[in-house]
Amino acid sequence: MGKSNFFVLICLSILILVFPLIVTDSYNLTIGVFAGINALLAIGLCILMGFAGQASLGQAGFYGIGAYVSAILSINYGLPVAVSMVIAAIVSGISAIAIAVPALRLRGHYLAVATLGFGEIVYVILNELGPGGPSGFGDIPHLNLFGFVFDSSQSNFYLVWVFVILVVIFSFNLINSRIGRALKAIHDSEVASNAMGLDVAVLKIKVFILSAVYASFAGSFYGHFVSFLSPSTFSLFQSILVLMMVILGGATNIWGAVLGAIIITILPEALRKFEELDVLVYGIILTLSILFIRKGIVPLIIDKLKVEKKHA
Amino acid sequence: MRSKHSFFKFLAVVAAVLCFVAKGYSKEPYKIGAIFAVTGPASFLGEPEKNTAIMLMDQINKAGGINGHPLEIIVEDSKSVEADAVLAAKKLLEKDKVLAIVGPSTTGESMALVPVMNNAKTTLVSCAAGYPITNPVNERYWIFKTPQYDVSAVDAIYTHMKKHGITKVGIVTIATGFGDAGRKALLSEAPKFGITIVADERYGAKDSDMTTQLTKVKAAGAQAVINWSVGPGQVVITKNWHDLKLGIPLYQSHGWGSKKNIELAGKAAEGVIAPLGRLVVWDKLSDKNPQKALLKKYEQDYKARFKTEPGTFGGHAYDAVMMVVDALKKVGPNKAKIRDYIEKKIKNWPGTGGIFNMSEKDHCGLDMTAFEMVTVKNGDWEILK
Amino acid sequence: MLTVLMQFLFSGITIGAVYALVGLGFNIIYNATSIINLAQGEFVVMGGLLMWFFSESVKLPFFISVILTILSVGLVGLLMERLTIKPLKGAELLVMIMITVAVSIVLRGVIMFKFGKDPYGYAPFTAGEPVIILGAVIQQQVLWVLGITLFLIFLVYLFFNKTMLGKAMSACAVNPLAARLVGINVSKMIMLSFILSAILGAVGGIAITPISLMEYDKGPALAVKGFCAAIMGGLGQGMGAVVGGFIIGILESLTAGYIHSGFKDAVALVIMLAILVFKPSGIFGSKSVLQVRKF
Repeated sequence: MGKSNFFVLICLSILILVFPLIVTDSYNLTIGVFAGINALLAIGLCILMGFAGQASLGQAGFYGIGAYVSAILSINYGLPVAVSMVIAAIVSGISAIAIAVPALRLRGHYLAVATLGFGEIVYVILNELGPGGPSGFGDIPHLNLFGFVFDSSQSNFYLVWVFVILVVIFSFNLINSRIGRALKAIHDSEVASNAMGLDVAVLKIKVFILSAVYASFAGSFYGHFVSFLSPSTFSLFQSILVLMMVILGGATNIWGAVLGAIIITILPEALRKFEELDVLVYGIILTLSILFIRKGIVPLIIDKLKVEKKHA
Repeated sequence: MRSKHSFFKFLAVVAAVLCFVAKGYSKEPYKIGAIFAVTGPASFLGEPEKNTAIMLMDQINKAGGINGHPLEIIVEDSKSVEADAVLAAKKLLEKDKVLAIVGPSTTGESMALVPVMNNAKTTLVSCAAGYPITNPVNERYWIFKTPQYDVSAVDAIYTHMKKHGITKVGIVTIATGFGDAGRKALLSEAPKFGITIVADERYGAKDSDMTTQLTKVKAAGAQAVINWSVGPGQVVITKNWHDLKLGIPLYQSHGWGSKKNIELAGKAAEGVIAPLGRLVVWDKLSDKNPQKALLKKYEQDYKARFKTEPGTFGGHAYDAVMMVVDALKKVGPNKAKIRDYIEKKIKNWPGTGGIFNMSEKDHCGLDMTAFEMVTVKNGDWEILK
Repeated sequence: MLTVLMQFLFSGITIGAVYALVGLGFNIIYNATSIINLAQGEFVVMGGLLMWFFSESVKLPFFISVILTILSVGLVGLLMERLTIKPLKGAELLVMIMITVAVSIVLRGVIMFKFGKDPYGYAPFTAGEPVIILGAVIQQQVLWVLGITLFLIFLVYLFFNKTMLGKAMSACAVNPLAARLVGINVSKMIMLSFILSAILGAVGGIAITPISLMEYDKGPALAVKGFCAAIMGGLGQGMGAVVGGFIIGILESLTAGYIHSGFKDAVALVIMLAILVFKPSGIFGSKSVLQVRKF
């Protein structure tokens, strides 16, 4: 982890610590919780895109598996929520292997297409076989760790964002490890990295599993926080939204994913006063941001800072 | 004597002036929150609901508000998404400090709000039909709802079928919350009426052809087919039913109650039967019906302002808003008293959905008598006797 | 039994025709730019709704309405390319695809603003009872859709194989640099591909609205299925998208008929994925085409 990343991390941690102390109403805290959940989704996809050069249009599928499996295990089998969440993550990881093995054998855009299909299949299954079918189900227990129940927006805010911080640290370490350097090599030239003796396919699968596990945890957090689930939350639109967060924030930087997630979560709330026109305004803002900051916001900021340093 | 008389006169004038001033001088407004699925897949519900709420607010304020307090209804769009409904509710409760919330439009969103409302100790009058919204009642202390239960609509259909000797039925439902709730009710109520479900088919919200499902229903030996959906699906299936000349009657859900459906389906709609709230057939009711006057006023006002029909769904919002307004009128801005009023005092209360009778055991207060069986004849509704 | 099977097939053809028409539109833009235009569904929606507007609301004659609809949607395609795709020249492909998502949200907002959320429909091109074959019925409008689809495929084929313009357009996709070197105006070609694709979408919308009705938010559902059709047939293969569309439609219908209607969407997707695994380039695709394209 570089110096600047470490600095940002410290700043973010302080912000997370202080935010619920200043902002005490549960409306803003709830937005914060959702932003954190989205950040988890986006970080997973960001690593996959920025460092393995692969896109996924099925993150909502893993998100849904994480939410449903964890909720069902804790309601129907009475498992502690923390255990259910881990099992859900394992289920997501295994499904990720099942898609990635055939899809990543192929080059090009097949992972994107295969994950699109996967996400839609999960959606159909949740509709048909999920508890409550399309209407969904409620009364999902909150996470209980050593007797402390995470039922308020404040506790969930800390829970989700501490998890985000851990995931960020883990991801940075991964990127700077041998695997990470190998991944960057894949992104630059697959042929060259193959020639250097890196097993590109296995590496890609590993990253893909990781992104699925992150999404799964995001889903579990969502389910145990809102305490109600229905399939509509996990549709293709959600997958596209995650992709939008990463593109907007900048796919080459993990901070980009975090920032993108925060923006995409807050934007619709900020646009509430436009009432029905909010969809239109939302679309226009997205279009303009992609047009003018095509690399993503964070890479743009980094470039600007670099330029300033040169001048100084 | 004389002086005393004039003194009373004087008092009366003062009182009248005071009243007048009070009416014109706005007291602190009563704030009600409203969460509707104005956009997203459930916008067919949220759109008329939002329009209704705004129209009622304007009408009430024009008439002097509630005991002199202007009424402010703050409408939030839930985009048909549960998480957004939760956010909207928290915003209304904490930022706007509303006294009660009406909506949301769908069962899922309403369910997601149950813990939020119980925590905030604030009344929610949902505009969604699902049974679990208000049941078990003791866990839904703060939650009420105005739409009829899906089972009531189903009971009305099955009662009609039984009268006509139909025992084998094929059901076709849309794969959304609305269709799924109907499907569950259709399956659970069938044995009570001696009806067997011989085919149980589904289709997607954006599907363009349902002849396969209908063919399967017919092949399974059904004597009638029931479609449970809203949106374009119910028109497409009506056309398919007409094209296939199935020779068995088509029943639709209470979502069928819009003239637009008849227009879109054209002559294919002839003979379709559905249990509909009285709003769409108010002009065919007898003058003695306690709902008639209010249905007429609501429908005509709505049409005049929005150039379209309110439909059954707009009526759910009408009932929800009016219940809260009635409560505010009687008990003032007290959250706990509003809840108690709705539970205990909404009795024999005519709304658009039917005659409401709330109680400690029933936070919906409607049964199958809320529906009329209605068929389509010559492009218009006709009440079946 | 035969009648029932026939009816399932006819239903599948009806659904498939819709997918095929949408899938065809994807290919034109993909062929010229490698972009997957996720706003393709909105072109179809605009086709149906504008046709309703011109023919039912303004009450113009049928053919004039069709022409006006095609021109308007074509103009939207042109504007979309000039305002959002061209300025992004040189950006990563995924960014380009995301901008089509953003544009689709804007278009949906505009459509909702103008038309509201109700479904719209108008009479089929020819009035009359459905055609009965072996006891199974098929709507006349479906025959129209089939005819129009075949005609469009023919036109697209002629365009890409027999005209200079079409050949130039394919050249841009295979190697933009080489195309520029031989004097092809790549930028114009890309613009043209968006216009053509919008027009194909509009024609699709005009033709399918009497069958399925049209409302502001039908776009994404149409786009996903059309995209699957295009993938199944091999992206970039005009004919492939059409065959892929019909295969998916018929598969859905047979699944609904013989397995369960709740799983029809999933079965079609599973088979699509299976095809991808065993024949990654799609039914009609060739491997060499595929390797040029990077996501």
